Amino acid sequence: MAQAAAVAKPPAPPRRRRASATPRRLPYLLIAPAALLMLGFIAYPVLSVFYYSLQDYNPTKPWRNGFAGFDNFTRIFTEDPLFWDSLVFSAKWVFVEVGLQLLFGLALALIVNQTFVGRGLGRALVFSPWAVSGVLTSAIWVLLYNSQTGITRYLADMGIGDYGVSWLSDTSTVFPAAVVADLWRGVPFFAILILADLQSVSKDLYEAAEVDGASRFKQFWHITLPHLKDAIILSTLLRMVWEFNNVDLLYTLTGGGPAGVTTTLPLYIANTSVDAHDFGYASALTTVAFVILLFCSMVYLRLSKFGGEK
Amino acid sequence: MITKEATAAAPAPAPAAPEPPRPAKKRPAWDEAPRWQIYLPLGIYLVFTLIPFYWILLFALRPAGSTSLVPWPMTTVHFEKVWTDRSFGTFFQNSVLVGVATLIMTTLVALAGGYALARFDFKVKRAFMLALLCSQFVPGALLLVPLFEIFAELQMINSLGSVIIAETVFQLPLSMILISNFIKNVPYSLEEAAWVDGCNRMRAFRVVVLPLLRPGLIAVGSFAFVHSWNHFLFALMFLNNQEKQTIPVGLNTLMSADSVDLGALAAGGIIAAVPVVIVFAFIQKWLITGFSAGAVKG
Repeated sequence: MAQAAAVAKPPAPPRRRRASATPRRLPYLLIAPAALLMLGFIAYPVLSVFYYSLQDYNPTKPWRNGFAGFDNFTRIFTEDPLFWDSLVFSAKWVFVEVGLQLLFGLALALIVNQTFVGRGLGRALVFSPWAVSGVLTSAIWVLLYNSQTGITRYLADMGIGDYGVSWLSDTSTVFPAAVVADLWRGVPFFAILILADLQSVSKDLYEAAEVDGASRFKQFWHITLPHLKDAIILSTLLRMVWEFNNVDLLYTLTGGGPAGVTTTLPLYIANTSVDAHDFGYASALTTVAFVILLFCSMVYLRLSKFGGEK
Repeated sequence: MITKEATAAAPAPAPAAPEPPRPAKKRPAWDEAPRWQIYLPLGIYLVFTLIPFYWILLFALRPAGSTSLVPWPMTTVHFEKVWTDRSFGTFFQNSVLVGVATLIMTTLVALAGGYALARFDFKVKRAFMLALLCSQFVPGALLLVPLFEIFAELQMINSLGSVIIAETVFQLPLSMILISNFIKNVPYSLEEAAWVDGCNRMRAFRVVVLPLLRPGLIAVGSFAFVHSWNHFLFALMFLNNQEKQTIPVGLNTLMSADSVDLGALAAGGIIAAVPVVIVFAFIQKWLITGFSAGAVKG
């Protein structure tokens, strides 16, 4: 309808054209809502975290509140073993998760990129956990790992694992158990991104390689992989940051336990601020986490050649 | 590299081999994997993907205390219990509200910003782009305390508005980058042609650009919906009143009870999953094309 109206209109006088030329204020008006929201709800909170990191600030102990200098930071680096434990676990969690997700995601994308009967259904089913939330993933795997009624009982019937052991409350099994639960949801993410990028590989290259008699593995190594390189680097880095920051799954699945062995740094921060109300110290921890992430984002910007092309 | 070798090697076998006509060969070699190499790994992976789904269905549909491996006799008692006694009906409404509002706000704000980034050169553009990228690394979870204080100041604690704003803000950067890439893919000359025909900028955008953005907008919008539907921490922190809580918070409450009611938990989980599964089934096609059009590299 709108289109018809546009055609029906008589050619506009030149004035109209002038009106469409870039008004100087238009771009600023257009980004204003986004900029204001981000200033108010990202930039300001970030600055206030920096501010509180130099304060003793605990709403439940108001008599101690006040300027603390670098005390919070000294405490982090010298007297807080929990900080180091959670940092080490964060690193372990991120590398294991992202590494495995990339590996399986790549394999999965290559498989469902082939032409075969049932491809549409196969793709839909394989990708479906992508949309499932961290909390729901926890709920599902709590059911699966339940020692009485879970799948673990049936696995024990087949000789895998022991009866009556709850995988999530044993310090030796909780890590692989949580990794598998997060993989279930994380692999489809990589598979979707890589599959999307696979759509743009030029078929000519493969035909040329085929004429040359290159094996399928060689074609993958020399054509597919170089083509995917950028997408893999970027999605891997984004995912690392995401896995580092995301607390939904571990918060609900293990709560950081048993005995704190699955506490990531953000989870530790959340516990410090939500449960212990030690906002000043939590802010200092957050600042440290920011610095670590800033380092990651610089690597990310370097690799994505930000600003290098238009 | 291969292509170079190909030109060097091609002349020798080419005249000798009477190649079968191309069309007869349905698949190129890269797509010629033996069938078992597709179905076997896919099948194994499907088992891993589907057993958890089956398990939760099983617990939701079979009576409490049953150990049967098929959900028969089927019962809906868990659903009724969760929906009314555990207020999942209310949670569902709240989640829908948050999801839809986040979708609309994110898409509109990102569309305006994305258009500016795609079509104009302006002074703070580079700085703004940098801010967008950097904000990817600001974890919402770490800003819970200052965000809580802001919303307390605005008298928005216990109002869904706080969650909607927070979800929107953290969805914006990526959505805006994606949308600006989609817009860049639409030739500027199309818009200019519309101006010549007498459209003003707004109208030219609506008539010419917007229809072409549909796959991208569907991808971005559904992303925003699914994200806010699933997200948990903001709702947990900003909504204390049970009347206002969302589904993930309700699920967490079920899970952290002293003795977990597994049937209720499973039924609640399915209620949580249904909308995203529907959205997902609907958008899956657009997701692949949408992402490959707006791909990360832009």
